[in-house]
Amino acid sequence: MQFGLTDEQQMIVSTVRSFVEKEIYPYEAEVERTGEVPEELGQEIKRKTIELGFYACNFPEEVGGAGLSHLDFTLVERELGRGSMALTHFFGRPQNILMACKDEQRDRYLLPAVRGERMDALAMTEPDAGSDVRGMKCQAVRDGGDWVINGSKHFISGAEHADFFIVFVATGVDETPKGPKKRITSFLVDRGTPGFEVREGYRSVSHRGYKNCILYFDNCRLPDAQVLGAVDGGFDVMNEWLYATRLTVAAFSVGRARRCFDYALAYSAERKQFGQAIGKFQGVSFQVADMITEIDAADWLTLSAAWRLDQDLPSNREIASAKLYATEMLARVTDTTLQIYGGMGLMDDFPIERFWRDARVERIWDGTSEIQRHIISRDLLRPLGA
Amino acid sequence: MKVLVPVKRVIDYNVKVRVKSDGSGVDLANVKMSMNPFDEIAVEEAIRLKEAGTADEVIAVSIGVKQAQETLRTALAMGADRAILVVAADDVHQDIEPLAVAKILAKVVEEEGAGLVLAGKQAIDNDMNATGQMLSALLGWSQATFASDLKIEGEHAVVTREVDGGLQTIKVKMPAIVTVDLRLNEPRYASLPNIMKAKKKPLDEKTAADYGIDVSPRLEVVKTSEPETRQAGEIVPDVDTLVAKLKEKGII
Ligand SMILES: Cc1cc2nc3c(=O)[nH]c(=O)nc-3n(C[C@H](O)[C@H](O)[C@H](O)COP(=O)(O)OP(=O)(O)OC[C@H]3O[C@@H](n4cnc5c(N)ncnc54)[C@H](O)[C@@H]3O)c2cc1C
Repeated sequence: MQFGLTDEQQMIVSTVRSFVEKEIYPYEAEVERTGEVPEELGQEIKRKTIELGFYACNFPEEVGGAGLSHLDFTLVERELGRGSMALTHFFGRPQNILMACKDEQRDRYLLPAVRGERMDALAMTEPDAGSDVRGMKCQAVRDGGDWVINGSKHFISGAEHADFFIVFVATGVDETPKGPKKRITSFLVDRGTPGFEVREGYRSVSHRGYKNCILYFDNCRLPDAQVLGAVDGGFDVMNEWLYATRLTVAAFSVGRARRCFDYALAYSAERKQFGQAIGKFQGVSFQVADMITEIDAADWLTLSAAWRLDQDLPSNREIASAKLYATEMLARVTDTTLQIYGGMGLMDDFPIERFWRDARVERIWDGTSEIQRHIISRDLLRPLGA
Repeated sequence: MKVLVPVKRVIDYNVKVRVKSDGSGVDLANVKMSMNPFDEIAVEEAIRLKEAGTADEVIAVSIGVKQAQETLRTALAMGADRAILVVAADDVHQDIEPLAVAKILAKVVEEEGAGLVLAGKQAIDNDMNATGQMLSALLGWSQATFASDLKIEGEHAVVTREVDGGLQTIKVKMPAIVTVDLRLNEPRYASLPNIMKAKKKPLDEKTAADYGIDVSPRLEVVKTSEPETRQAGEIVPDVDTLVAKLKEKGII
């Protein structure tokens, strides 16, 4: 067993860390204040990321990516987690699922996405189908040789910058002993396709400037060439590629928690009340001790899940544990840090209130904490027949 | 032309420095170490000279503990062609003094046939600001210190220096030692492909003994102490109060 980073991993970490400190931190307050990322700024971050060879570094070399291992990529995500998500979005990491592109889909979607020429977004969730993905109502029916889609999707992140969308749609129902079960197919949908519209979404308390949109399909006609993976094989592509997204949420949470902790530690040593540093009071110092313990635990849980993926070991439960623990840890760390800051923690002069707000969504998206607990417990209990 | 760039492994500039309890120096156990920021600027300048076709090869050299290998890998990932590590200490707390460093560098320069040495003006750990100058004396080469601009024009280097009160431009004969200042350039990030390539670039490991140089210290640190903590400030309601206060304290 070996816990150290290699020289290369160390350099990846320090390069991404400096990038975030120099190219992201200085613009965060402005994004937070306006809720917008200025177009030129986003493009500038993207240009620099491409220049550094980090754009789409999660993709294999044969399609133009950097071919990073899951572990290396998790380290990248962890460092990016320190920065504003609205801005690090332009440090592009297209959806892995694009590897399912076939034939000319590769030239139209996969390769331009890896080169940073076209941005993607992924749409599963609907107003009436969140955790219960299969309950989706958005559907496609056959019409001649084409598909005609109707319905809507909401909470779609990054949609305002996306040139195309990976959309999961119901394409039929199977009768099973447990009742009807929907068949799902994923489609590649270009912005501007007739019958498809992207509308402004809700305003979220977390990650200002990283917007979510609502997608509407009104008799949107798509040829077979737009099917990603196999017809009715939506869950297969989802299972083959989407597991890794949850790991990125865990990595984000660890990176963000470390940045937040640095504030907590410094303030505990600097802030004086009753004639001494507040860190001298056990009530505060024990909180500091608990925070770093939990952060380290989440870090190792996350890195070891990534390592398992690289070893081709079963990792579904381990990824779910990392996502669950890291996001809940982040909630506690941001909340405790705010408490250590007292009233100043709530004021937007410091980034603490923002870390605290941002943390809230991590327990919800990419599978709520309850869904992660469901995955973990099913993995253990199903083989026992319970 | 070969360009030699000495790089030093120092305490990271972001780390809050702590003095060891016995006052013998700064605590370096388990703290983040990085390349001296001025050396990073020197590496960047050397790579730019290579990109411009003025230099053929960039060689990074570090003298110190074995861990300085990481610092050299960073130089390689930025774009240096190869690296030489001269192991001269086992203990991270042992600083190799400028004269010993300069003597070893002089040997490396001769061995490599370098035509230019680009060094940081000083290392941020002990601010000696001496190695470049000593090296120039040992080699009998020209020196141009505190460079904020550098141009190689045939047999000469034209260097703009940051001096008290302004800028001074001098022309020195090559070969030369140029020590670089903060505003010379902005060092690049190591790109991901270069990080991956760095491992495959040659890194030779030598010892001080290989060059026949005695690195035992000649200087004695008598005491190291924390800077005095700043006194708390006072917020005044308006300019009049400020002026009154300053007068009261006899400042104006
Ligand atoms: C800001 C934001 C951005 C998003 N971006 C995207 C995106 O880009 N693409 C996309 O497709 N989706 C996206 N989502 C959707 C996100 O993945 C869902 O919000 C999430 O899966 C939960 O669904 P829901 O909000 O409908 O909650 P629900 O599923 O309605 O859950 C409500 C509550 O019930 C609990 N619950 C549900 N089922 C169970 C169960 N079986 N056992 C125990 N408890 C249960 C949940 O844990 C939760 O506490 C985004 C969401 C947000 C908030």
